[in-house]
Amino acid sequence: MHSFTDFFSFSNANVVYVVLGMICINASSALVGTFAFLRKRSLIGDAVAHSLLPGICFGYLVAGEKNPVLLLAGAFLTGWISIFLVDYIVRHSRLKQDTAIGVVLSSFFALGVVLLTYIQKTGSGNHAGLDHFLFGQAAAITRDEVSLFVVILVIILTVVVVFYRQLVLLSFNPEYAATIGLPVRLFEFVLTSLTVLAIAAGIQALGVILISALIITPAAAARLWTHNLKWLMLLAVVISIFCGVTGAYISYARTAMPTGPWVVVTLSLITLGSICFAPRRGFVSRYYIRRKNSRKITDENILKTIFKLPGFQNQDTELTFTRVNLTEIRPFDTKELHRGIDRLIRRGLIQKSGDDFVMTTSGRKESARIVKLHRLWEQYLLRRTRIDTDHVHSGAEAIEHIITPEIEAELERELGIKGIPEDDY
Amino acid sequence: MKQDIHAIEVHNLTVSYDGRPVLWDIDFNLECGKIIGVIGPNGSGKTTSLKAIMGLLKPSSGFVKIFGKSLDEVRDRVAYVPQRESVDWDFPASVLDVVLMGRYRGTNLFRRSNKTDLEIALQSIAKVGLTEFKDRQISQLSGGQQQRVFIARALAQQADLYLMDEPFVGVDAATESAILSLLQEMKNQGKTVLIIHHDLQTVSDYFDYLVLLNTRLIAKGEPHEVLTKENLSNAYGGQLTLLSKIVDLIRQNEFPVREKGVDL
Repeated sequence: MHSFTDFFSFSNANVVYVVLGMICINASSALVGTFAFLRKRSLIGDAVAHSLLPGICFGYLVAGEKNPVLLLAGAFLTGWISIFLVDYIVRHSRLKQDTAIGVVLSSFFALGVVLLTYIQKTGSGNHAGLDHFLFGQAAAITRDEVSLFVVILVIILTVVVVFYRQLVLLSFNPEYAATIGLPVRLFEFVLTSLTVLAIAAGIQALGVILISALIITPAAAARLWTHNLKWLMLLAVVISIFCGVTGAYISYARTAMPTGPWVVVTLSLITLGSICFAPRRGFVSRYYIRRKNSRKITDENILKTIFKLPGFQNQDTELTFTRVNLTEIRPFDTKELHRGIDRLIRRGLIQKSGDDFVMTTSGRKESARIVKLHRLWEQYLLRRTRIDTDHVHSGAEAIEHIITPEIEAELERELGIKGIPEDDY
Repeated sequence: MKQDIHAIEVHNLTVSYDGRPVLWDIDFNLECGKIIGVIGPNGSGKTTSLKAIMGLLKPSSGFVKIFGKSLDEVRDRVAYVPQRESVDWDFPASVLDVVLMGRYRGTNLFRRSNKTDLEIALQSIAKVGLTEFKDRQISQLSGGQQQRVFIARALAQQADLYLMDEPFVGVDAATESAILSLLQEMKNQGKTVLIIHHDLQTVSDYFDYLVLLNTRLIAKGEPHEVLTKENLSNAYGGQLTLLSKIVDLIRQNEFPVREKGVDL
């Protein structure tokens, strides 16, 4: 726990640089990543990241040292050329975007590795740390670099806030945007440049290979939680910053642990968690919905079977029955029947009386309602479709459970039936 | 608006994809205040013609004028309704969000949406009968409702000329009749509507004027003039096999569609 308080007291200047750096890098890439995600161009981040390497090497060769501004300029240049090339190939050849990205990414990366090897072998000047661009080294973030990252974040934030509506329209429907006179090419250029900037900022900390996760993952995870674009963007930024700081902390607390890879691991865990637990779309919530449905079906089938018991129509005498009475009419899974009856008792539709069960007044009403829905649907199928009478019952079997009161009213009106239809199939 | 000015003038328009002409020497003038249908078989260049009119595709020859001017001069008077399938409806936006896009102007990027914009957007939503769905996510709408969102967005532009690409495809009966009564209302207000349509059964009920395309212009005029057996068999009956053979030759040999210096 010592390391925790040490870390978050920010007394160590190095910790401050790393944390500030990660916040800027992660917020920047989550913002541009949201637009890349919306425009279905998530993979472009990967292409750009790999293509930055030759630019960084050029920047180094020109400067003769690790000058952050020149390295960034070089990276920006080749990153931009790579996006331009991908678009050019897609537009002017038969190759599709995935192929174009693959081709551009690998050629630029190869060129980058060639240059990197050359620089290291010739051994001129201080090239220490240039290989950090491959796998990332967040601990090496310096004060100058932090100021550069802050500038980049401010630029990205300003553009996104000022041109939010235009960028959204461009992402949703670029053709329409062009017809109302929006300078689509210009905005595409701006978005592309911001993407390259964000990636170029993060590349030293995360490395060529992992940086694309910062572009793709936060927006993808956030999308599972919200339909509102502003919330989506905010959530993507928050998730990304949280992971950035977590990664930095893990690396601080355990000497042998790297920052960048831990950032990506926590991001991936959050995404995985979102896929499992997100409302409605997540696995877990879908499992609960399915379980709820299957319980509803069991309960209503029990109620429907009770309707068929000989004494049901006699309102004056108490309707008592046992489980065997029910299974004689309709086969039930024993376990399901037990649980279903327990649930009906809890809902006050059935009462326990010794070993037997007694129907309550509301229980009788509910039974009759389910039967009514079943028979209404049978009538609807018979009148509106060409269905054989011996198939009508099975056709209505599942539907009775999902008919809402509104549809019930509409069925009654359309069929001109009040109460429970007489015919039973 | 002077009556003698055409809503749309398409002059000798040729548009090619990959060197293959999909629209070839198209020429027509459309009067203001009419509901005009563009018909023709699949792949006959209907959508291409609309995109060329909207400046989304660059013609290889010819030109388009709208209200006697270039598109850029009258952009605020033209509204475009793209095909419903042309966007991803899973995009995180509400009905109102999308309809408000109709109030954006490309020429003034810093203008914010104000109260009037909101009112106009809400009126447009009401006109297509989606008021109760205004805050709903567009991903949760039916196909017909999505189509109506696109039409509401165009209405919010308060234009004089509307270009709609297949608004009747895959819509329910309620949407179809909603669109049809809207069209009548727009016509009564003197607006011009150009609609790409593929269902020959209904064309004579919907439209005042027809343009029949199959790469070339096959016929233009009032429905009874256009919908003749000869015109339809020219457009749909595979009578144009020679034309398509030429088109294939042009594409394979990267041949120019027009010789240099030939006067248009």
